[in-house]
Amino acid sequence: MAKAEFDVPELQEYVDVPELVEGTMAHLSPYVAKPVHNTPLGFPGELVDDWHDKVLEKLDDLRSRYRSLQVYLDACVKCGACTDKCHYYLSTKDPKNMPVGRQDLLRKVYRRYNTFAGKYFPWLVGAKDLTRETLDEWYSYYHQCSQCRRCSVFCPYGIDTAEISMAAREILDSVGYGQKYCNEIIAKVHEKGNNLGLPGPAILDTLEGLEEDVFDETGVAVKYPLDVKGAEILLVTPSADFFAEPHVDGLIGYGKVFHEAGVSWTMSTTASEAGNFGMFIGSYENMRRVALRIRQAALELGVKRIVFGECGHAWRVAYAFLNTLAGPFDFLDPRYPVPQHICEYTYDLIQQGKLRFDKSTNDDMTLTFHDSCNVARATRMGDKPGGQFDIPRAVIKAVCNNYVDMDHETIGERTFCCGGGGGLLTDDLMEIRVKGALPRMTALQNVIKEEGVTHMAAICAICKSQFTKVLPYYGMEMDQIVSVHQLVSNAIILTGQNSDEEDADSDDEADGDA
Amino acid sequence: MSTVYALLFIVATAVLVIGLATKIAQYARTPAPLKIPTTPAPVTQTGVVMRMFREVVFFESLFKSTKWTWIFGWLFHMALFVVLLRHLRYFMDPVWLPIELIQPFGVYAGFAMLAGLGGLLIRRIFVDRVRYISAPSDYLWLLLLIIIGVSGLMMKFVAHTDIVMVKQFFTGLMGFSIGTLPIDFALLVHLALVALLMILFPFSKLLHVPGIFFSPTRNQVDNPREKRHLADWAKAMEE
Repeated sequence: MAKAEFDVPELQEYVDVPELVEGTMAHLSPYVAKPVHNTPLGFPGELVDDWHDKVLEKLDDLRSRYRSLQVYLDACVKCGACTDKCHYYLSTKDPKNMPVGRQDLLRKVYRRYNTFAGKYFPWLVGAKDLTRETLDEWYSYYHQCSQCRRCSVFCPYGIDTAEISMAAREILDSVGYGQKYCNEIIAKVHEKGNNLGLPGPAILDTLEGLEEDVFDETGVAVKYPLDVKGAEILLVTPSADFFAEPHVDGLIGYGKVFHEAGVSWTMSTTASEAGNFGMFIGSYENMRRVALRIRQAALELGVKRIVFGECGHAWRVAYAFLNTLAGPFDFLDPRYPVPQHICEYTYDLIQQGKLRFDKSTNDDMTLTFHDSCNVARATRMGDKPGGQFDIPRAVIKAVCNNYVDMDHETIGERTFCCGGGGGLLTDDLMEIRVKGALPRMTALQNVIKEEGVTHMAAICAICKSQFTKVLPYYGMEMDQIVSVHQLVSNAIILTGQNSDEEDADSDDEADGDA
Repeated sequence: MSTVYALLFIVATAVLVIGLATKIAQYARTPAPLKIPTTPAPVTQTGVVMRMFREVVFFESLFKSTKWTWIFGWLFHMALFVVLLRHLRYFMDPVWLPIELIQPFGVYAGFAMLAGLGGLLIRRIFVDRVRYISAPSDYLWLLLLIIIGVSGLMMKFVAHTDIVMVKQFFTGLMGFSIGTLPIDFALLVHLALVALLMILFPFSKLLHVPGIFFSPTRNQVDNPREKRHLADWAKAMEE
């Protein structure tokens, strides 16, 4: 279906660990950021003349501020445990896409300039001079890492390549050699409030459209409020939810859940984006600035709770970093965690028996669930470790009759990234995105063949966009990826909605609506 | 010769202790500004201690990863641990009962250690991915440890060394009095390489030993929503 200018891997029954082939991905680099993208973020407009010294200074600076970086540069023993764990290595065979291979691009420079052995015996420990070629190699391969943390699960010291990638990208940014995609988006958030640069009136227009659609379909006036002061809950959701398929069907679902809960809620123009690309480029300062919008919106609107929509990396920044970056949230209702995930919210209502469902509305589908990498390995839902796996599945099972898991080696903490995370969701990186999806596509195809799975649900805007683009390369349909709250939306019975007999009909239409 | 070795061990011990202390101080001083435990992670401090225990004693993450590397790596480390315990008898008088009791096992452990090291070396040479990431120093570390093990076992099974004399030398050295070492080839090789290992330790990948205890993905409690985590340099931004 989709046409590619590169070889799309063929799906086999298993993903075998390939023999390495050097340099297969050396040609791939994303577009370089221009001054207009860099300066709003506080970075030099273009590559500075004294980049050599500046790079080494920045490395020293980061080593003194991040224990992870310092320890991980020192501790690797080259045991090889991570070498077959990265989806990008498995699909490209390029050894610099092995987690340790990727780390070593930075580590060999660290050793050369900052360790005794590397200073005096570089050949002995694989230390290398910092050259212009090194910089280009960093730029290429640190933008072939989706910061999914799968390697960190298997490393005996917990070395997380994402930490190294983030540091490398921050170093590159600090000398004016940043990535266009990420920096352009962060500049948009700073300016407009969301990654897509959607202005307030456009969002309002979209939301009014959704209200009409839901009313036409159900006869119930479900509201999708924006900038309503005094609302109980502030919903922060990825801006893709405002227009892209299947994201928007998830947003419709959140609204229906809030409606049935009888709670007042609102979204915010200035915080109309859950995603925080500051994390991808390792910039604490930019990440903090983006996060503070949410605190500001919560204060201005006078809400009591903050709930995040379906978004993977966003949930990491929200769950693990928001309190650090923009806390303390002592002005919110202390009875609830700050922030909450929409799945936690819906799950609690289901547990309390406050939602009614007609599961048969989803009977045309057999579902499986893709654990998004950053939700799986960097966050939690609920009180117990592993809630991030159980709660979304419990929500799906509460609204669907047909559910099966994919191969257990590819879900939970071992889940494979969709291939487009960490700032790679851009067309100029399509080759690595398509190839990187191979392990997930393989597991998906297996349950399609063996279990009759028809659709895969996800709770991440990047996963949804990535699979929509990539599924056709592997001979599947782009609409086989669905939002979890799209399923909730299909099945939920709204109080006072058009008579039950019509439910099945109207809910079927919900798929194609909006 | 004995004087040379006495000075060598004084220097090696000093370098090891000061070097490691410096690195540990650096790790301890460097803040971890963000909560980054690899989840699912323990939600209590006790849980983190248990996780670290499983990691250090059973190599839990490596077990999840690659069974062969785990078998060889775990065998080597555990055997080395028993061997080190066995060696304590050369540094104490009288010898503690537990150290007495493990003496026979220490010899088996010596062989087990070599088996583990051999496996790791074969893996490093023959698995293309591991070969690709190996620098000369990675092979040399394995060879160094193998020669230390072989020379140690030679003193037990091939050419006996006057072990009482060795013990007198080291207990004396601990009070800074230089005694006499037996001049046996295996012993001199063994001791020289052990001293070399001690000197290189703080400048090498052997820093994985203190490093793991400072690894934020393993030693952090998963409670970012409950407790605000803030580094000093980040706090300064708020003022």
